[in-house]
Amino acid sequence: MTSLDEPGAATGLRTRPPRRRRTGARGRRAVPLPLLLPGLLALAFLLLPLLALLVRAPWRALPEQLSSTEVWQALQLSLISATAATAVSLVLGVPLAWLLARTDFPGRGLVRALVTLPLVLPPVVGGVALLLALGRNGVVGQWLDAWFGITLPFTTTGVVIAEAFVAMPFLVISVEGTLRAADPRYEEAATTLGASRFTAFRRVTLPLIAPGIAAGAVLAWARALGEFGATITFAGNFPGRTQTMPLSVYLALQNDPEAAIALSLVLLTVSIAVLAALRDRWMTTP
Amino acid sequence: MTRSVRRTRRLLRLAGAGAVAVLALGACSSSPDASDTKGSGSSDAPASPKLSGTVTVFAAASLKESFTTLGKEFEQRHPGTEVGFNFGGSDTLAASITSGAPADVFAAASPGTMKTVTDGNEASGTPVTFARNQLEIATLPGNPDKVTSLKDLTRSGLKVVLCDKTVPCGSAARKALDAAGVRLTPVSYEQDVKSALNKVELKEADAAVVYKTDVRAAGGKVEGVEFPESAGAVNDYPIAVLKNAEHAEAAKAFIALVRSAEGQKVLGRAGFLKP
Repeated sequence: MTSLDEPGAATGLRTRPPRRRRTGARGRRAVPLPLLLPGLLALAFLLLPLLALLVRAPWRALPEQLSSTEVWQALQLSLISATAATAVSLVLGVPLAWLLARTDFPGRGLVRALVTLPLVLPPVVGGVALLLALGRNGVVGQWLDAWFGITLPFTTTGVVIAEAFVAMPFLVISVEGTLRAADPRYEEAATTLGASRFTAFRRVTLPLIAPGIAAGAVLAWARALGEFGATITFAGNFPGRTQTMPLSVYLALQNDPEAAIALSLVLLTVSIAVLAALRDRWMTTP
Repeated sequence: MTRSVRRTRRLLRLAGAGAVAVLALGACSSSPDASDTKGSGSSDAPASPKLSGTVTVFAAASLKESFTTLGKEFEQRHPGTEVGFNFGGSDTLAASITSGAPADVFAAASPGTMKTVTDGNEASGTPVTFARNQLEIATLPGNPDKVTSLKDLTRSGLKVVLCDKTVPCGSAARKALDAAGVRLTPVSYEQDVKSALNKVELKEADAAVVYKTDVRAAGGKVEGVEFPESAGAVNDYPIAVLKNAEHAEAAKAFIALVRSAEGQKVLGRAGFLKP
C-alpha cells in the first residue's frame, strides 16, 4: 500500500510525516508540458555548473595538478573523516530517530525542529557554536581539557565532529520518515511473542527500515564529504590532519584557480562514483 | 543609512569646489612620488567641481574601518556623491573585478592581487601604493605565555595559527619566519587574517601572526607583540581607478583623499604605515 523507501523519504528535508503515495505503473504516462518544461529547466540548472567545471577543466595540466601528495592526503582525510562522521551519525542518529518517531513526549515537535537546525544554520555559525561548546575554552571543552587533557579543535577528531554536526540531521530526518511510514504492528507482534522492546527494534524494525537508513547514511556521507564551513572554523586547516578536500579547493582558489578546478573534479568524481554505487545497491526498491 | 540627512546637508555645503582644491593640494604635498598627479590634477580643476554619483570602492577587508571613515568624509566634501563599499578578501575582489563586477576603485592588500587586475587590463593608469601593513604577533590579553619574539612561538605546547600561504598575510608571515630563521609548525593555516585572529580571540589558539591593523581593530581582546623581522615582510597596499569606472572623476578624487594628509592620518590611526 505504501512505499517504504520512496525517493521523497530520502531527501530528508521534510519535517512532516511522509505523505502516503500510491506507487505503481501510473507514473509512466504521457508527461504534461507544464511539468516537463520546468522539470527539464531544473535539470539543466543543476547540471550546468557541473558541466562548466568539465568544460573549463585544465585537462592537460591535470596529471601534474593531481600528483602532489597534499591532494591525496586531503582526499584520503576527506574519505576517512566523512565515513567516520557517518558512523557517528548512525550510532547516535538512528536511536534519536526512533525516539522521535516512536515515543511521545511533551515538546517533541520542538525537539524535531531543533534537530534539523544544523541543516539551515550557516556552517560557519555551526563551527563557531562548536568552538564555544567543545573548544579549549568552551562550555564543555574546558572540562575535557582540564580532566582528560583532550582538546578537539585543530584535530582530525574535530573534523569528524564538525562533519557529524552538519550531516547527522540528514540521517535522523530520513530514518525518522521511514520509521513513521513503517507499520509499528510488526514490532508489537514481536513483543507479544516475548521479544523485548530492544530485541524487537534490533530484529524487526532495523531490517524493516534498512533502506531508509542506507539512504540517510548516503546523504549524511555526501554532506560530510562536502562540508567546508564548520570544518575550517572548528578544526582549522592543516595538511594531513585537518585539511579536507573542500578546504584545499577553497585555498587553491585563492591563488591558483586551475588547481582548484582540478581538485573539484576529483571531489566530484569521487562523490558521483560513491553515490551512484550506493544508490544502485541499497537505495532502490527491489 | 543617513543618506537623507546628507541630502539635506547638500544645501548647506556649497563649499564643495573649495574642498576639492584643498584636498588635491593635500594629495600633491603628501605624495611627491606620484606619477599620476596629472590625473588627479584634472579633478581639482575648479571648472569641474560637480562630482556626482556613487563611487563604488572594492577594498581589502583590512581597510574597512579606515575607508568607511574616509567614505563619510568624502561624501561631506562632495555633496551629491556617495561612496559604496565592497569589502572582502583582495583575491576574491580581484576575481570579481576581472569577471566584470561594476567597480570604480580597487584597493588591494597586496601588489599580487592588484596585478591580477592590471594583468586583466582592468585598471586605468598605474596603481599607487597608499599604505603599508606590518605584521605583529597577536597573543591572549596580558600575554600569559610571555611571547616576545617569533622564536618563542616554537615553544612546545603553544598553539599558534598562521594564515595560509595562499593569502597575503600568510605569505608575509612565511617571509618573516624565513628571515628570522624560525621553523614553526602551527596548529592551523587559516583562510584569512580575521579567522586567524578569531582563533586567538576565542582563546582556542595562544598566538597568531596577523597584521598590526587587525590587532588594533580587535581592541583589548588580543595583545600585540612587535617583532623586528616584520620590517622585512611589509605588505604594500596599492589603489587604482578601474578602466570601466562609471564615475572616473569622483573615483580619482576619492583616491586623492585616501592619499592626502587627512587620509593618511585616518589610516595611521588604524595602524597602517605610510607608503
